[in-house]
Amino acid sequence: MNRLPSKKKIFEKMLLIRKVELKLLDLYARGFIRGTVHTCIGQEGCAVGVISAIDIKTDIIFSNHRGHGHYLAYCDDVKGLIAEILGSSEGASAGVGGSQHLHNNNFYSNGIQGAGVPVAVGMGLAEKFTGSNSVTLAFLGDGTFGEGVIYESFNLAALLKSPILFIVESNGYAQSTPTHLQHSGDFGKRAEPFGIPITIIDGSRVEEIIKITKKIIQDIRSGLGPQILYLNTYRVAPHSKGDDFRDQDEIIRMSKLHDPLTPLAQEINKLEREQIEESIELRIQKILNELGINL
Amino acid sequence: MNFTYLESLNNGLIGALTANPNVYLIGEDLNDPYGGAFKVSKGASYARPTQVISTPISESAFTGLGTGMAIRGMRPVIEIMFGDFITLCTDQILNGATKFTTMYGKALEVPLLIRTPMGGGRGYGPTHSQSIEKMFLGIPNLTVVSPSLGHNPGNLLRQSIENITNPLLFVEYKSLYPKKLISSDEIINIREVENPEKHPVVLAKNFTSGEPDVIVITYGGGSEQLFEVMRSLAIDEIRIEGVLPSRIDLKGEPPWWFDLIKTDIPIIVAEHGTPGTTWGTEIASLLYESFFSTLTMPIRRLSCADEVIPAKVSLESSMMLTSEKLSQAVIEMLG
Repeated sequence: MNRLPSKKKIFEKMLLIRKVELKLLDLYARGFIRGTVHTCIGQEGCAVGVISAIDIKTDIIFSNHRGHGHYLAYCDDVKGLIAEILGSSEGASAGVGGSQHLHNNNFYSNGIQGAGVPVAVGMGLAEKFTGSNSVTLAFLGDGTFGEGVIYESFNLAALLKSPILFIVESNGYAQSTPTHLQHSGDFGKRAEPFGIPITIIDGSRVEEIIKITKKIIQDIRSGLGPQILYLNTYRVAPHSKGDDFRDQDEIIRMSKLHDPLTPLAQEINKLEREQIEESIELRIQKILNELGINL
Repeated sequence: MNFTYLESLNNGLIGALTANPNVYLIGEDLNDPYGGAFKVSKGASYARPTQVISTPISESAFTGLGTGMAIRGMRPVIEIMFGDFITLCTDQILNGATKFTTMYGKALEVPLLIRTPMGGGRGYGPTHSQSIEKMFLGIPNLTVVSPSLGHNPGNLLRQSIENITNPLLFVEYKSLYPKKLISSDEIINIREVENPEKHPVVLAKNFTSGEPDVIVITYGGGSEQLFEVMRSLAIDEIRIEGVLPSRIDLKGEPPWWFDLIKTDIPIIVAEHGTPGTTWGTEIASLLYESFFSTLTMPIRRLSCADEVIPAKVSLESSMMLTSEKLSQAVIEMLG
């Protein structure tokens, strides 16, 4: 069993995602970016926690409309991501896909809510048929639970024992609408009738996510069928760009509770933290220079 | 040798499954002895049990399932029980399978084949009798193929399964399933013209020499009415040339088989499905664009009526493209 990555390494990965996305919002505000930017600010622990627990070489990820964090945690391709969102042909998808349509080795994403979930179940099944031992991950949000196809997909995954882990990043909102205004019942029980085990944890506790995901992935790899990892998190930034009408007190209170960077930052000494921050900023600046963006 | 449309498809499908263990057949009620609602898949699960996945009633999810399998190196064949149900898969086809092929800025192979029976004539009523393939004819990176009674449907299916790199919608016609395939006889002469893409066009004539009086262009289920009319009007020595393409998606460019068409003869473009923004209107439009200076005769379009397909037999035939309506149109074109 692989050892856990160091606290410093985990912190660095999450901070990279945070800084890249803050820069993207800045670039958007300055008119460098067309279309939309769905950031995962506040949810970096989910991306880094889960993806630190998989085998990057062989496992498969199917991400969604909010996938920058997943992408960076998977392949660290900062330049490809920023270039793609800037609409450059140097981008990860050569400027065709944009923010929501990224592909790199075993990483895929698509912008239609829930639509990637059955595709991921099929990818898992293909790997099972070829005997590759790979596990497929499908990322979805609590808002995605409004799409019917995910329940069809849960059923198929359990029935066919597709080696897949569904990761739900439950951030409390679907675009602008809070969860309680669009969903009845208990999310924790939504997959119960399909016999899919669900593990519910705090999405800001990265090290715990890594440990638990490793165990779940091991079970799935050994042929026990699909599982759900349900991560309670909070989206600090707006759904996209800057159109946020949420209560500011709520954002401050929830950010304090759920920001995955805060607890880890306290465990790393100040000098190291500053070095990490500086090197990330330099890296992003260098990429922007290479792409001809002068702020 | 003298197979029905159904037997030919069944042979082609089982042939493809047997030849390549990466071919998977996915759909509802496929397991034998039932073997799928229309029996195209009959015997598949007996012959290749590990390659047949009989699914719950979840068209959207199992189309996505097939897409994921195709991206990861399999060659899935999705069976949609009735063509009407393909609306349930539309998001997966339009925003998924076909997009993955190019939207990442590099080519990604998605060898997904979806087969489904369209059309009425069997009394299934409004939600089980439609021909709605027109909604899928202009989707980037989606090929649409529909064999007629003059083609070899099984060969076409098997070649499609084996050779595609992008998604393909394979439209069968349920009214044709029990019909014998047509080969040349004393009345009808059939010639299949191949092209490099292996989507052959069938040229059929009910005369032996000289020029036709009317050209009828149709595909798939329309071939039943075409061949009936060619036989019945041969008695009156009305000379008809039928043109039956097997690939029907149109992306603004004239299809290669336009080279086979004579333009100084009246043309009828006939199809099943409701009128308005159809395969036939696009073919007619492309004919005008391609041959404007040499067209000397009118082009006429025929389709089903702009209504639901009723269950009751007399009402159903009043709404559908029938041999009588096609025959009448041919005679009217002669003036």
